[in-house]
Amino acid sequence: MLNITNLHAETAGKAILKGITLAINPGEIHAIMGPNGAGKSTLAYTLGGRPGYEVTAGSATFDGADLLEMEPHERAAAGLFLGFQYPVEIPGVSNLQFLREALNAQRKQRGEEPLSGAEFIKIARAEATSLGLDHEMLKRPVNVGFSGGEKKRNEMVQMGIIAPKLAILDETDSGLDIDALKAVGHGINTIMRKPDKAVLLITHYQRLLDYVKPDFVHVLADGRIVRSGGAELAHELEREGYVGIDGVAA
Amino acid sequence: MATQNLEAIAAAEKLSTYEWGFSSDIEQEFAPKGLSEDTVRFISAKKGEPAWMLDWRLKAYRLWLTMEAPDWAKLNVPPIDYQDAFYYAAPKAKPKLGSLDEVDPEILRTYEKLGIPIKEQKLLAGVVEDTDAMPQGRRIAVDAVFDSVSVATTFRAELERAGVIFRSISEAIKEYPDLVRKWLGKVVPQHDNYFATLNAAVFSDGTFVYIPEGVRCPMELSTYFRINAENTGQFERTLIIADKGSHVSYLEGCTAPQRDENQLHAAVVELVALDDAEIKYSTVQNWYPGDAEGKGGIYNFVTKRALCQGKNSKVSWTQVETGSAITWKYPSCVLAGENSVGEFYSVAVTTNRQQADTGSKMIHLGKNSRSTIVSKGISAGRSDNTYRGLVRVGPTAENVRNFTQCDSLLLGDQCGAHTVPYIEVGNPSAQIEHEATTSKISDDQLFYAMQRGLDAEAAVALIVNGFAREVLKQLPMEFAVEAQKLLGISLEGSVG
Repeated sequence: MLNITNLHAETAGKAILKGITLAINPGEIHAIMGPNGAGKSTLAYTLGGRPGYEVTAGSATFDGADLLEMEPHERAAAGLFLGFQYPVEIPGVSNLQFLREALNAQRKQRGEEPLSGAEFIKIARAEATSLGLDHEMLKRPVNVGFSGGEKKRNEMVQMGIIAPKLAILDETDSGLDIDALKAVGHGINTIMRKPDKAVLLITHYQRLLDYVKPDFVHVLADGRIVRSGGAELAHELEREGYVGIDGVAA
Repeated sequence: MATQNLEAIAAAEKLSTYEWGFSSDIEQEFAPKGLSEDTVRFISAKKGEPAWMLDWRLKAYRLWLTMEAPDWAKLNVPPIDYQDAFYYAAPKAKPKLGSLDEVDPEILRTYEKLGIPIKEQKLLAGVVEDTDAMPQGRRIAVDAVFDSVSVATTFRAELERAGVIFRSISEAIKEYPDLVRKWLGKVVPQHDNYFATLNAAVFSDGTFVYIPEGVRCPMELSTYFRINAENTGQFERTLIIADKGSHVSYLEGCTAPQRDENQLHAAVVELVALDDAEIKYSTVQNWYPGDAEGKGGIYNFVTKRALCQGKNSKVSWTQVETGSAITWKYPSCVLAGENSVGEFYSVAVTTNRQQADTGSKMIHLGKNSRSTIVSKGISAGRSDNTYRGLVRVGPTAENVRNFTQCDSLLLGDQCGAHTVPYIEVGNPSAQIEHEATTSKISDDQLFYAMQRGLDAEAAVALIVNGFAREVLKQLPMEFAVEAQKLLGISLEGSVG
């Protein structure tokens, strides 16, 4: 589904990604772990197409298409969803309006008919219920006045409504209490744990992996993947820290 | 005449980036070019006005000769040659009211292109059937103004049953002279300001509304203004009187065809609300703003004022301003009645080289009078957008309250947003609040919306609509949708 080969990227003139190679197949959940400053968020932004993140070498394809050639909204329509570490507030725009416009914009790009208001609200309510988000939150302006936990649940609701092929979740677990963490884990499992979907979980800590069992764990350090393994690698990291890993500066 | 129209069409086609910039091939009847007592007499005679009206106009004209254009606004206004313009243009052979199928098909086509909810040909062809078939809440009576003269009035019969008078002001001058004489110039006096005085001398047409005591107007009233003649100044005059305990909602929407030369628009709107009466006045303004280099565009120098004369009276102004090269406009409320309420909700968008100096004045004279001002300025390109507002509390006005909120949103780094509030409090019991914010559309917001599937322009439109929501939700439904589209269209190309 996603094939990244020798990807180099920089932001603000500073090289951050220094040759990442990673293949994610349908049905797989990959976790990328690593210390602060390793380039985890840069990887997410680069794959999402955020302006200001320049690819200097390498390639990335998504379902065979050149991902790096696409505009951010084209990547979204192709099925790539980015869960934000800090979900952004959009005052005056209700969650429902935002998501309906976004979803219909994606459908239009894919040549599909737009969803009616009634169809959309049905889907949105079902997702909110599934993730334990109060229906009233759907009417409130996007992320405005939401607690940290509500924002992350809201990201999961958005992911459920948009139903992407690939979700790249950037530290979705940061700053969550145990209930919110469970809800996020539940969201990832129910929405994305399917044979035709895949997840790239970016996380600093192992604790989300108690709820979402990854098939592969990679350690990112100084812009490179320095080690890959199965779920057990996450436990090792939790126990021994990143310092013992080759390529991680002490 | 034919040559002129062909040139206009050619110009419009050449500069087709303004979506609604086209001109109609309609025969015009012009007043002689230039401004003099003869021009004033020509207009008055053309409209068959009584002597008192001509005298009133002439008095204003003589006053105007002694006045100077205001220069206190933060606007760069090129000199205007008042002798190099026409002051009257009417479609020839004005159709009789009621016989709507006589309306020039070219005019109907113009409205169709504008997407005006006049029900275009359908409604105009079969007014009677449509009137009864339409659901109550969706009815809009349209007094369509094409250039200077009303060419179509609908729903008149039903309004008359309710006792509502809804006329072009030229008709009202003849049919209801006592009412017009009583109120014309009472809210905006002839000598009020340079542009209002000019309007008093040469106003061509406009709308007159009278809602009798205790009547709730059975439908939204709506007037559409179009400027369609080259070098034709447009001087609309609107007078709305809401008698005791009455209620009316009036909608005004404007678009204009593309022009190379600047056109002056100096309208005057006077509203009067008596005891317990309420007037809601909504405007969507989308006149040609000029091209990206600031060439052409409308000069919109408008005086709008309401007199809340009666106790418990209320006037609410809502405006969405996206057009015009230069806007000079301060819809105001004189809150004379006890417990009277004034409201002003505004969205002003400027892009390219547009300049807007707009805001409101709330003059509190009555006890317990209250006012709210919510202004949302959106600046893009190399435009300048100024909020200028006055809140004044008279010495005998006890327990006045005002809340003012001015928010500015900037797109890009070459535009300007300015807030100039004047607060004059003459009574210590007043409570005045003023809040102001300035923000930019952040890269975070843009990327977030784009990552969810919106392209850059849709993302900007969404964020801007959210910013303006507090104001847009004040608009009647028919306009809210149009206004939302307009905000998006106006800002197309503003993000790179």
